[in-house]
Amino acid sequence: MMEFMEGSHAVAHSVKHCRPEVIAAYPITPQTHIVEALAEMVANCHLDAEYITVESEFSALSACLGASAAGSRVYSATTSQGLALMFEVCFNCAGMRMPVVMSIVNRALGAPLSIWNDQQDSISLRDSGWLQFYAEDNQEAADLHYLAYKVAEDRNVLLPAFVCFDGFILSHTYEPVDMLTQEQVDSYLPKYTPVQRLDSADPISFGLFASPEYYMEFRYQIDQAVKGAAKTIASAGREFGEMFGRDYGDLVESYRLEDADCAIVAMGSICGTVKDAIDEMRKDNKKVGLLRLRSFRPFPHKEVRAALSGVNCVAVLDKNVSLGTKGAVALEVRDALYGQQVPVLDYIIALGGRDVRKKDIRAVVDMAGQGKGDLFYGLRQELVS
Amino acid sequence: MTGESCGLFEYGHRACGGCAAAMAARTILDAAGKDTIIVSATGCMEVFSTPYPDTAWKVPWIHSLFENNSAVASGIVASLKKQGRKEKVIALGGDGATFDIGILCLSGAFERGHDFVYICYDNEAYMNTGIQRSGATPYDASTTTSPAGKCSMGNRRPKKDLPMILAAHGAPYVATASVAYLPDLKKKVEKALATEGPCYLQVHAPCCTGWGFEGEKTMAIGKLAIETGLWVNYEMEDGKVTRVKKVVRKPVEVYLKEQRRFRHLFKPKPNETEIAKIQAVADRNAERFGIDIKLKK
Amino acid sequence: MALGLGCSAKPGRAKENRTGSWRTFRPEFLHEKCTKCGLCSLVCPEGCIGEDAEGQPVPDYDYCKGCGLCAEECPSQAIEMKKEEK
Repeated sequence: MMEFMEGSHAVAHSVKHCRPEVIAAYPITPQTHIVEALAEMVANCHLDAEYITVESEFSALSACLGASAAGSRVYSATTSQGLALMFEVCFNCAGMRMPVVMSIVNRALGAPLSIWNDQQDSISLRDSGWLQFYAEDNQEAADLHYLAYKVAEDRNVLLPAFVCFDGFILSHTYEPVDMLTQEQVDSYLPKYTPVQRLDSADPISFGLFASPEYYMEFRYQIDQAVKGAAKTIASAGREFGEMFGRDYGDLVESYRLEDADCAIVAMGSICGTVKDAIDEMRKDNKKVGLLRLRSFRPFPHKEVRAALSGVNCVAVLDKNVSLGTKGAVALEVRDALYGQQVPVLDYIIALGGRDVRKKDIRAVVDMAGQGKGDLFYGLRQELVS
Repeated sequence: MTGESCGLFEYGHRACGGCAAAMAARTILDAAGKDTIIVSATGCMEVFSTPYPDTAWKVPWIHSLFENNSAVASGIVASLKKQGRKEKVIALGGDGATFDIGILCLSGAFERGHDFVYICYDNEAYMNTGIQRSGATPYDASTTTSPAGKCSMGNRRPKKDLPMILAAHGAPYVATASVAYLPDLKKKVEKALATEGPCYLQVHAPCCTGWGFEGEKTMAIGKLAIETGLWVNYEMEDGKVTRVKKVVRKPVEVYLKEQRRFRHLFKPKPNETEIAKIQAVADRNAERFGIDIKLKK
Repeated sequence: MALGLGCSAKPGRAKENRTGSWRTFRPEFLHEKCTKCGLCSLVCPEGCIGEDAEGQPVPDYDYCKGCGLCAEECPSQAIEMKKEEK
């Protein structure tokens, strides 16, 4: 049913439909509307979950880890500094193979302190073993939570997952969203049955330490699971499409790429603006297309290579920067295109909430056409010279 | 009897000979029984009992990180409640995990009132990493990061009073115990488990390797700590001290001189000033808890 | 052998690790002096002192590390620590 909803509320409702048994979260802007909405559902018996109001994000994810180990489906949400505080637990959740699902309402990381959007927070956890999905709009932000649980809990995966969507730009924006009913979600997402759990009837030890004879093999298995998740995402995404008409089986989305000379690569809400800009440029006979990454982990190397091998240039919009080198997306796209002779130019853009308009996308495409890239786009030169 | 099992904490663990933490683990599991989930912090006990795949634990056990056992326990308690399961939950940590790095999670869990028992085995320093000082290290103890030297008498601060801090959170039951009195420890574990809400138990666990005494003396050293008043075994219910172990007190020297960590107080000759400061700590404990048995003349 | 998911393990496998090889001194139990009070078994950090049909303590030398706590604490001096002969 179509409803006009704030992004955070759409996400909270889809989380409710996933029937999490334990929720642990700590308030942080711009995540608060989600956890407030869930608290209200619990307070009014609309959601039968244990809600732990922890004293920090570090404890939020630690509590989720414990509840997951005890056999419950769990949920948390955070952003920015909160995610940074969870860093240690993030690696732990993945290594211990706990299928925690967490919303990341993407926000810049300090210093300087900023509450506004970019994607530095989740990108910085790229090595942690979490699956990372990025939503373009509120519909996708809501839907990806169903997909995330389905994939994370799959016996061939058993990994935690981030569902990332841009802070304020999506979280605080009202859009029409087709909300599934509880029955629909129940028919897609089965009740969680853990492979193993803390249980006195079968007293397993969890989280032992590994000596050098074992450590690498454990890490190898996590890596294999992340890579292998692509297959599960494909089947779970297709199934979602067959049931509800919105197909998430592809890790990437191509927009007007078939005959494009120049391809833009981006993730998240910026892609809406990019699509509009492409439509305008197409009217001016500029052959521009978009490759949107929906999954950053696993990284869709094959799909990127297949989609971009024929273009003359690639412009990557990175809402993050790996300080001292380039944006994380550009680095991976270059890796995927290694040996293809396609120039990949990187544009660090929209950090800390700087607005991006269609004219900016056109400017980027113009610069790419001139071979000018690998720069921070839109810098106020008077402040840095 | 080779090949038979020996209770819920299996032999074959890698603790030092004479390890108090191993004695505590055995006693805790003996008291708690098989329907107990243990949440261990990183530390000596975790490391000596679980090198993959050789776990010593025969109850469900989990280790996540150094500083989050209380938060992990919070999640487990919530999950069990949601599932309608009846297992008990015990979080276990050394003094470093409990007094220092994990105090945020511990305070949060106690304030929220989860029904679990936190047990700290207190060996008064970071033993797993090589005997560095913690917030539980007593005054003047020489550790690798508070070494006694030409211009140092060892650790400059007295031990943090963590039981009182947790009692101030509204914990219904807070107690101290010692491996020197195992039946008492067992009773306190049972009592804590039977009490609803977050309970705290701090167990004095003399460490032969870290403190510098022979492993066979673990219990004897623990007894001396109590007999000198430097460690007090007591129970607090709803914030009030309800039971205290009374002793005929001995001077603190008898405890100090048995341990390498206090050896600098006696060389080249006894340092009267410093020993008097430590005696004052014992005297304050005695007064505060009323531990002195008055002998009839 | 397949790895345990997420570095998990089946209970009690520590038993595979026979710590008896650590021993320098060996506790000898003098049954004639023993009052069968059970203290040795209680204090043993390994938990490797059982008892026989008569209630006499029986150490498991496969695991006894020879720490000497049992001998130190025995109220009847019924345990003697002897240099291990290998």
